[in-house]
Amino acid sequence: MIGALPPHPVLASIGGAIEFIFTPQTSNVTGGKEVGGIDQVVELTLNQLELTVLALALSLVVALPVGLYLGHRGTGQLFAIAIGNAGRAVPELALIAFIAAAIGVGVLNLTIALAVLGVPPILTNAFVGIHQVDRATVDAARGMGMTEFEILRRVEVPLAIPTIFTGIRGATIAIVATATIAPLAGVLTLGDFIINQNVYGDDGVLAGAIVVALLALTLEFALAGIQRLLTPEGLMLKTT
Amino acid sequence: MASPALLAAVGEVGGDFFKPRTSDTLPCQADTSKLFCFDWARENIDRYGTPTVQHLELVLFSVLIGFAIAFALSLLAHRRVWLRPPLLVATGVLYTIPSIAFFFLLLPITGRGRDTAIIALSAYTLQIIYRNTITGLANVPAAVKDAARGMGLTDRQILWRVELPLATPEIVAGLQIATVSTVAIATLAVFAGGGGLGTLIKTDITFKTNLILAGGIAFLMAIAFGLLLSWIQRRLTPWRRAVTE
Amino acid sequence: MRIDQTKLRMVLAGVLALALALGVAACGSDDDTTGGSTAAETDGGEGGAIVSNPANGKVNLTIGSKNFPEQEILGEIYAQALAAAGYTVKSDLNLGSETVALKSVESGAISGYPEYASTALTSFFGLEPEEVPADATEAWEKANEEFEKEGLTAFEPTPLASANAVGTLKKTAEKYELEDVSDLEGVSKELSLYGSPECRQRIDCLAGLEKLYGLKFKSFNPVDIGLRYTVLEKGQADLSILFTTDPQLSAESDKFVILEDDKEVFPAGNVIFVTEKATAEKAGPDYEKTILQVQEGLTLEVMQELDARVELEKQTPKEAAASYLESAGYTG
Repeated sequence: MIGALPPHPVLASIGGAIEFIFTPQTSNVTGGKEVGGIDQVVELTLNQLELTVLALALSLVVALPVGLYLGHRGTGQLFAIAIGNAGRAVPELALIAFIAAAIGVGVLNLTIALAVLGVPPILTNAFVGIHQVDRATVDAARGMGMTEFEILRRVEVPLAIPTIFTGIRGATIAIVATATIAPLAGVLTLGDFIINQNVYGDDGVLAGAIVVALLALTLEFALAGIQRLLTPEGLMLKTT
Repeated sequence: MASPALLAAVGEVGGDFFKPRTSDTLPCQADTSKLFCFDWARENIDRYGTPTVQHLELVLFSVLIGFAIAFALSLLAHRRVWLRPPLLVATGVLYTIPSIAFFFLLLPITGRGRDTAIIALSAYTLQIIYRNTITGLANVPAAVKDAARGMGLTDRQILWRVELPLATPEIVAGLQIATVSTVAIATLAVFAGGGGLGTLIKTDITFKTNLILAGGIAFLMAIAFGLLLSWIQRRLTPWRRAVTE
Repeated sequence: MRIDQTKLRMVLAGVLALALALGVAACGSDDDTTGGSTAAETDGGEGGAIVSNPANGKVNLTIGSKNFPEQEILGEIYAQALAAAGYTVKSDLNLGSETVALKSVESGAISGYPEYASTALTSFFGLEPEEVPADATEAWEKANEEFEKEGLTAFEPTPLASANAVGTLKKTAEKYELEDVSDLEGVSKELSLYGSPECRQRIDCLAGLEKLYGLKFKSFNPVDIGLRYTVLEKGQADLSILFTTDPQLSAESDKFVILEDDKEVFPAGNVIFVTEKATAEKAGPDYEKTILQVQEGLTLEVMQELDARVELEKQTPKEAAASYLESAGYTG
């Protein structure tokens, strides 16, 4: 190798990545087209957000009602717990590839795949959260004349918010992580930078990794904030 | 036409080398509409051997290293309550960052290969193991600790003989969640050059039989570990029912 | 302690699943290292068989390839042939696209890999498609000229040549009356095109279609090379970038069709083996000799047959390469 090594190879890499995020660079592949820059980064970030939000919405619509209902009735515990474990066991790469091969590529199909990952944590935690509400409290509410639905809405859910939200946050992390590899199935998210080193270069890869990490952390932070807002005061003291 | 001698020198393949193929004579594995080709699976199952072993290695190394680190951190934070929030945040950050991003964040430092994959996978397990261990230890009733102290046990003895045994179900539950998740995520190790079942998926990303086999083996491996650890947890705690997440 | 029957059954199921996984693991092992020497006698190919030279054993070679099946087959052919010649060979296939592969050679991570002369000229050296010589030898000489400036060298080309092509479903071609790529003028705005991620930048791909054919597509969607036929089948892609050597084009010619490259934007490239000059010198004369020798049988038909075995019948590139070397009389 000709020449001296740069003084701080890691810092130099980070510097190159940050440059990639903000200014377009010449692509690794000749052909004259530029890659990177803030516009492309924003575009891919929005794509990833769109996919995440769609998948999360679908997961919530499917999983919350089932989890809350089962938890309130106290039945289906084995199912609710098992689906949580099974959900964690699903290999994301195989899931995406299979959906792409079976149904096809694209945002809508991928949303289904990601929802498969998002449903289990939401369902399990909704169940556990509601189920673990003190029976005495529920009975008291029933004694006061509340309907089953009112009990769920006004007593059980508020008390179960921390657990339910933990499930939603878990689902979001799983969905965002898998949405990162969506480019393999034709949906351009930030993973495009990471997976296609040949087009974007090492700077692009690191840039993609950094932005994805920041995106995930921001979402997690936002959800934690929402959780804090929604948690009733009395419960706040109990949560770690 | 060239003479046979000349043909032989040029390396001509035998006439039976070529097979005529048409849409209706394609074998099961060439037919993209087929969901699963049993014959092909049976004949080629040995392809899945080495990647499965690699996958197991990745999981075992990552979980053991992750457990060692998380456990040590928990012991540190058990007495020093001020350490808990920062450690929770730190492990939480490592958990939130998608593994594939983590592989490439590590790339400038550790390069491509199995080690990078293991570091990232271990980092992912830290939060759940740490959180469960800390919670398990914190949930030990004060009365039990007082009784032990009253019997003359030192703090260290209380930790190892009273608190940790009582926290075991929680710790094993954390280990279970961590292991199951690691098996699933280790399919991404191929992107870091770390091998595993993901390599088979990436090599033929449209062959459904292959996806079902590679993904299925990973899925079953995860479930198996989950059930195994669940059983261990129940065996270790005859005095308590299994604790869920 | 009393053992619960259901729990026991669940545990047994779990242990069985684990045993299955371990059983599969124990069942087979894949060997990435092709090393050692092969006896050179065979009744199939007089003058064609590879002779093992024990002196080569001390030379360590790593053969790489790009990230699609045809490349892996070529890589395996070269790797196994060099092993038969007595070299100590490792293979590191599926590196990535051409820029990654080139970097691997330049950094010494691999000894060499098979490249297409047209790709080298357009992707590495910035030639326009019209500047790529149609004659295989001329194209190789031009590429070699440029490679030599960087301390690399390329060996002479194979008989086979491959090129990118715009492909579609037969019924789409009939619907829009498409025979040549130029027929897409006016129509392309309604059609979606799918190709590899690097296709966006390559002049013998999307960049060329836009610049030299003047086509604008409804959308360009990058997908993994392995999906190029899937997206057509699933009806998501109107057009897809295919390779002229693809087995699906002959085996499923009633389904897929490629458009004629009338403006010659997709030059065909013969395969040339790219390696560092220093590596070639250190490895001795058998290095180039073996590679050129084993290439002679790689006609277009042979390559298509091998591609069919790997892509359609799901053989491994290793098996396909081995059967080629044997059938052509290079190995015993």
